[in-house]
Amino acid sequence: MSSKKNVLSTPVTRRSVLKATAATATVAAAPMIIPSTAYGYANEPKGSSVTLGFNVPQSGAYADEGADELRAYELAVEHLNGGGDGGMMGTFSSKALKGNGILGRKVEYVTGDTQTKPDAARASARSMIEKDGAIMITGGSSSGVAVAVQGLCQEAGVIFMAGLTHSNDTTGKDKKANGFRHFFNSYMSGAALAPILGDNYGKDRKAYHLTADYNWGYTTEEAVRTSTEAMGWETVAAVKTPLSQTDFSSYVAPVQASGADILVLNHYGANMVNSLTSAVQFGLRGAQVNGKSLEIVVPLYSRLMAKGAGENVKGIFGSTNWHWSLTDDASKAFVKSFGEKYGFPPSQAAHTCYVQTLLYADACERAGSHDPCAVAEALEGFEFDGLGNGPTLYRAEDHQCFKDVLVVKGKENPTSEFDLLEIVEVTPASQVTYDASIFGGDLGSCNAG
Amino acid sequence: MELSAILLQVLNGLDKGSAYALIALGLTLIFGTLGVVNFAHGALFMIGAFCAVTVQRLLSLSTITIDESKTDFLGKPLQIKTPYVESWFGESVGNALIDWSVPLAIFLTIPVMLIIGFVMERGLIKHFYKRPHSDQILVTFGLAIVLQEIIKAYFGANQIPAPAPSAFIGSFDFGSVIGMGPGKLLYPYWRIVYFCFAMLIIALVFAFLQFTTFGMVVRAGMADRETVGLLGINIDKRFTIMFGIAAAVAGLAGVMYTPINSPSYTSGMDFLVISFVVVVVGGMGSLGGAVLAGFVLGILESFASMREVIEFIPGINQVVIYLAAIVILLARPRGLLGRKGVMES
Repeated sequence: MSSKKNVLSTPVTRRSVLKATAATATVAAAPMIIPSTAYGYANEPKGSSVTLGFNVPQSGAYADEGADELRAYELAVEHLNGGGDGGMMGTFSSKALKGNGILGRKVEYVTGDTQTKPDAARASARSMIEKDGAIMITGGSSSGVAVAVQGLCQEAGVIFMAGLTHSNDTTGKDKKANGFRHFFNSYMSGAALAPILGDNYGKDRKAYHLTADYNWGYTTEEAVRTSTEAMGWETVAAVKTPLSQTDFSSYVAPVQASGADILVLNHYGANMVNSLTSAVQFGLRGAQVNGKSLEIVVPLYSRLMAKGAGENVKGIFGSTNWHWSLTDDASKAFVKSFGEKYGFPPSQAAHTCYVQTLLYADACERAGSHDPCAVAEALEGFEFDGLGNGPTLYRAEDHQCFKDVLVVKGKENPTSEFDLLEIVEVTPASQVTYDASIFGGDLGSCNAG
Repeated sequence: MELSAILLQVLNGLDKGSAYALIALGLTLIFGTLGVVNFAHGALFMIGAFCAVTVQRLLSLSTITIDESKTDFLGKPLQIKTPYVESWFGESVGNALIDWSVPLAIFLTIPVMLIIGFVMERGLIKHFYKRPHSDQILVTFGLAIVLQEIIKAYFGANQIPAPAPSAFIGSFDFGSVIGMGPGKLLYPYWRIVYFCFAMLIIALVFAFLQFTTFGMVVRAGMADRETVGLLGINIDKRFTIMFGIAAAVAGLAGVMYTPINSPSYTSGMDFLVISFVVVVVGGMGSLGGAVLAGFVLGILESFASMREVIEFIPGINQVVIYLAAIVILLARPRGLLGRKGVMES
């Protein structure tokens, strides 16, 4: 009896050993997130459906953009599965998509909240790849997030179709073989904006930059500085502001005393809405400095930001990837199907995400496979039209799209609540094209998991 | 560095300091009367701010009419929204009401915050009076998260603009008034309004405590709760009312702050941590200390954000308040105006 008691009271039992082993195995296995390569490639679809992962900011400074991106993804899935009016599938120059899903498989999707933070974005992307079997991850609105998630997708062996990300780094120093970007970048904004700024504000200006403190802010500041300094502007100061900042008064107040006559807001989303509102409240707009009227420039503009900032955006120059008022057939088709589903026109973030989803599906069809390496090959060097930006090239060297860039201005007399930006110039792709090697980085080789 | 730049940062610090002071004042009232460390106080500031959004939305409720002669972006007949207040009171009065929705929201904020304060105190916090401060912190912090998520579920995660009345849009030219020349020192009208409003609220709270019988009893209760109770005065009931008043002060701070910074569900948390630092620096339980420390730290933070300072020590604006707190507490362990025996065993 007593020996039995002893056995029972001994802390080490078979069950506890088993439990401990299982726990240890779980812990040890946890960091090995990469799906096994026992299959042909990571998350190879076996059934009648294929899962895409939409990783967008649903909270944080870019939540507005994230919400619109999600709408666009849902619309794209509907169109791919043969629902709705087909949107830009009807105008797309490639006719590989048939409205029967991707390669005959019904498109399903899962969503994640990036919270506009790289760590949270990686965690949600990881969960979608591991748990939900997502074969492609797409989403954006922060370049910090995009670069982080792109790296994860490269390791995991799935395709990353970047949503709204504007930093040069995404297809520059941090480019990856599994990552692709349709959206334009800081370099292109600077190259397109500088001539217009020179024509309107003159070549003798002193600029003060407020810059979001992460990779997108840095490359945008650099692009605008380089292109404006080349035409004679002087940069008086450049101050970094935290992405989480909501009150910009203490950053805006010193601009008055700096002697600058141009304020460049390298901010996006809610950051830009708040900094611009503060700048206008502090009377910077139109203040007389050096005998000139102080002007504000917003290198990357979106209609959602214009809406948030209200009256303050009137007359302010910036650049954008796409705008709903474009009159080509593709843009009109997209605005119609998006507008009828949601009751308002799509933003540039929605546009790029919709296009990326179609481009991915089309590449699968043309490659005849979901294999990431086959899809990547189908996208590299792909030339297409009919998706709202005119003729576009997916450059093979850095997986960046080259197309026309829109220079826009806050509209003085809007005719509706959506009519906030007017297109000042369409800068041809040739003027914003650069050598693929200037930003460094290495594409590496495609990883199929 | 020009004098105008320095003056501007002082002014700038004043309105941030006003918000810190108002929140810290409420925190101190609650701590001084009920002995509770209320981490849900930031959430009360945030709820106040959303009262402004609610009033703005209520006033903007509209009827929809279709104008066949115009088209929308899809080429369909344009829907025109006419706010009910415009159809009821005429266009000019209706527009003015919508324009003034932030100040008008004060009338909603006061009763709403008093009720929330009473319910919070009677429903939850009352049960934690005898518990350790760590339990109080956990439960009130949990409550703050619940309140935040409710607001997020209803209003969404984004900031919602709630502009000041158009009469207050623009800036006052201090430069020409004090002889520095026009355009040298501009300061937005609404921020001046906010500072004056904060001073008024602070004065009212102090006057209430100083010059009314109710206030006198409350102050007596703060000093010696047991003796006041022995005199047959129901001090608990008065302290509950003080909790409601503290909640209303936080709510008012929030409602008037909306034009300065559009509210989001996280606005409360942004202020909460700093407000606790303000309370500790001011001296636990000291109302005057809370107000003084609020302004001092607000101005200090503003100075640390100057370009000349940031270039010298990058990131100093993010930590200056905490550095100042360390220095002040090393020199004066009970805070600026702290009394002996508060929060000490």
